[in-house]
Amino acid sequence: MSAEPLTHVRSRTVCLPERNIDTDRIIPARFLTTTSREGLGKHAFNDWRWRDDGTPDPDFPLNRPEAQGARILVAGRNFGCGSSREHAPWALRDFGLRAVISAEIADIFRSNALKNGLLPVVLDAAVVDELLATPGIELEIDVAAATVALPDGRRFAFPIDGFARTCLLEGVDQLGYLLKQTPHIQRYEDAFHAR
Amino acid sequence: MTSDPTPDIATPDAPRTLFEKLWDAHVVVPETADAPAVLYIDLHLIHEVTTPQAFAELEARGLPVRRPDRTKGTLDHSTPTTQPDADGVLSYYTADAEHQVRTLRANCARHGVELFDFGSDHRGIVHVIGPELGLTLPGSTIVCGDSHTATHGAFGALAFGIGTSEVGHVLATQCLLQRKAKTLAIEVDGALGPGVTAKDLILHVIGAIGVDGGTGHVIEYRGSAIRALSMEERMTVCNMSIEAGARAGLIAPDDVTFAWLANTPRAPKGDAWDAALAQWRTLRSDDGARFDRVVRIDAREIRPTVTWGTHPGQVAAIDARIPVADGADAQRALDYMRFDGGKSLLGQPVDVVFVGSCTNGRLSDMRQVAAVLRDQTVHPRVRMLVVPGSVQVKREAEAEGIDRIVRAAGAEWREPGCSMCIAMNGDLVGPGQLAVSTSNRNFEGRQGREARTVLASPYTAAACAIAGQLVDPRDFLQEHAA
Ligand code: SF4
Repeated sequence: MSAEPLTHVRSRTVCLPERNIDTDRIIPARFLTTTSREGLGKHAFNDWRWRDDGTPDPDFPLNRPEAQGARILVAGRNFGCGSSREHAPWALRDFGLRAVISAEIADIFRSNALKNGLLPVVLDAAVVDELLATPGIELEIDVAAATVALPDGRRFAFPIDGFARTCLLEGVDQLGYLLKQTPHIQRYEDAFHAR
Repeated sequence: MTSDPTPDIATPDAPRTLFEKLWDAHVVVPETADAPAVLYIDLHLIHEVTTPQAFAELEARGLPVRRPDRTKGTLDHSTPTTQPDADGVLSYYTADAEHQVRTLRANCARHGVELFDFGSDHRGIVHVIGPELGLTLPGSTIVCGDSHTATHGAFGALAFGIGTSEVGHVLATQCLLQRKAKTLAIEVDGALGPGVTAKDLILHVIGAIGVDGGTGHVIEYRGSAIRALSMEERMTVCNMSIEAGARAGLIAPDDVTFAWLANTPRAPKGDAWDAALAQWRTLRSDDGARFDRVVRIDAREIRPTVTWGTHPGQVAAIDARIPVADGADAQRALDYMRFDGGKSLLGQPVDVVFVGSCTNGRLSDMRQVAAVLRDQTVHPRVRMLVVPGSVQVKREAEAEGIDRIVRAAGAEWREPGCSMCIAMNGDLVGPGQLAVSTSNRNFEGRQGREARTVLASPYTAAACAIAGQLVDPRDFLQEHAA
């Protein structure tokens, strides 16, 4: 799937200060029996967002009126730990998010997010704590510059792999890129896997 | 615990870690500042949950599976663990679950991929069947759309979980785009005490380094305590590497590994075996190889260990007091679990006991449970499920009479599958119920909405089933040995 290019994200934030938000919390396993990538947004953070009777929990930050339309999630450290389910970024994207900011983001979640136009942003714990303490502020994320700008003008750089950045900026089709490596793959197979 | 910094070593003959050897042998195109490496994948394991969208992507592009011979499928996550009815019909939890199974069946048939379907002697949890068939080989790269793929690292394979987009990449190209991970050596020395198992060891390790202590790293487990483990125990350890955030877990292969493989149907035979063995013996970290980080653990300090919170790093020895909350997250975990910080967990009433999963669903685990359950009765309050990890485990256990011991004790003996580990097939823990589980994740809602999970070894789980409350399995084992 070639993602549409992502160059900037400008949005208010919505905050989940809990640490170690795992993929079972992002989308519980019982919603993984789908054979599609679409329509998972309604189950994003399902058991937090929806009460047993199917009504939204008004206290859950993503259900609050001021969170509607927010595209940047700020979360406690080690966000996305747990399973490899790509349903997690699919659900967050379908819900409307384009970036997740945390002091630490789990490896597989980060890789899956990047393949789905969801930008993982790791900032210093002190900066993340400040963002968590001030939900709803407007941030501007510049993918090319790899910076997050706060309303007061401060800018913080975040690490991003050069290839991942190009993929986001240009909507590079990673499978297409790999298929272009076929001559190398063939040579490798001929040399090492003739056995 | 200690840490060593690592200098950058670029000389060709420099000592290498096992991870570096595995990595170097599979690089198709080296990584640069601008692009990740293209890494070759020897074995791609697939199951029904994380593949439908990947096959759909291939269809949309008109692409074939590049190496159907290096791709093997099984059905495990959303499959029922109850017996089929008199007409052979399986009772799926939902129509979607059945549709997912049919979809994998159709995709495998269309692309010529071998599927271990219902009726196959080889069906089972993906991380149980790879090793028992001898598909999991030292020195190979193995991936699966499942984070517990690290299990296969117990054989000295570089094995890790991938997302569904990457499943599509491997189906189409047999390769992945990867950045090289950092290395973390976990050295465990000394002997484990009686009643202390590999599960206690790995829970203790995760507690020591933290639930994110391995992020960005591949762990190599080393030391005398690791060398002393059986193959099945090594799998239990590597299985939970992801619970410390690690990309993968590794144990260098040795005679224990080779003896296991010699008994598998699909490992190389004859001359091919001899050639493979010679190569496998080189698969160890060289003396002097530098790891990015080293952590040392004394095995003698490890006691039967359980989780008290809602992630696998929140652990305590069963006979210790659990910690007082040191912040909002720990307090939230305690509140969810309805436990009091600073108190012992002993005596907490237990509602459900689950034995199974890719962590502890192998024959030795079934034997440990049977050893505790023999001539005993499961407490009337407790519902106990024993779910073998594969058809082969089930058959071997039944040949030893383990199913009869389990049933006679009042527990359920089920068909193979993931079952209550992920609770997407209808095997659920009820809201508020306390489950002692031999699986690998105690996340909120993992075993059912509002289910409370305590992770434990098979000994601990079985002892708790009989007692109807959390107990120290050592007291129990001694009592019955006496
Ligand atoms: S047993 Fe549990 S952890 Fe293992 S593959 Fe199945 S669902 Fe995943």
